[in-house]
Amino acid sequence: MVLNIITYICIGIGCFFNLVAAIGLLRFPDPYTRMHATTKCSTFGGIFLILAVIIQSAKIWASEGLSSPQSIIVLHGLIAIVALILTNATSAHANAQAAHRSGIKPARAVVDDLEEDIKNKEKQC
Amino acid sequence: MFLWVAAFLLIPISLTVIRLLLGPTAPDRLVAMDNLSTLVMLAMITIGFAFSEVIYIDVAIVYALLSFVATLFVAKYIGRGTF
Repeated sequence: MVLNIITYICIGIGCFFNLVAAIGLLRFPDPYTRMHATTKCSTFGGIFLILAVIIQSAKIWASEGLSSPQSIIVLHGLIAIVALILTNATSAHANAQAAHRSGIKPARAVVDDLEEDIKNKEKQC
Repeated sequence: MFLWVAAFLLIPISLTVIRLLLGPTAPDRLVAMDNLSTLVMLAMITIGFAFSEVIYIDVAIVYALLSFVATLFVAKYIGRGTF
């Protein structure tokens, strides 16, 4: 019963944050803010959705005994969480650097540290 | 229950596809593609639990890693110059 309530809360958090990520992707003005919306929100929401699956299948695993096929879902769900955390953050960093190199400036930005770094390196060379 | 979650994920997926089609520049489309692959991976995991098919979750992990590699390569391609 308690596990079911925890699962529902996890599903609610996951669905809400994925929806917020999609709305942010649709509404924000330039690629950097869109990355800011999607990467963090969809990673956080995805962790909670996979956590809900893990909790439910761990419940079935505990009731069915040690050799139930749900054990594979639990363990591979943990691997999926690790893959999600690693890949989302790294691809967002690569993506932001590529967008800056291709000449897109942040809309209404006050400080652009990467631009200043590039200028300083050119001065040193 | 988890099938409803997968059905709910269709709303963010469709919003992301709208941005993928609209996106004025290439990095916008790349961000949308990245988010789309994450959402499809989550839908695969929830559907895999709902039908208790273990293989869907393995497919989701491999899909996430391959889309990561694809995003890195497209980012490398975009970073060379204007698209």
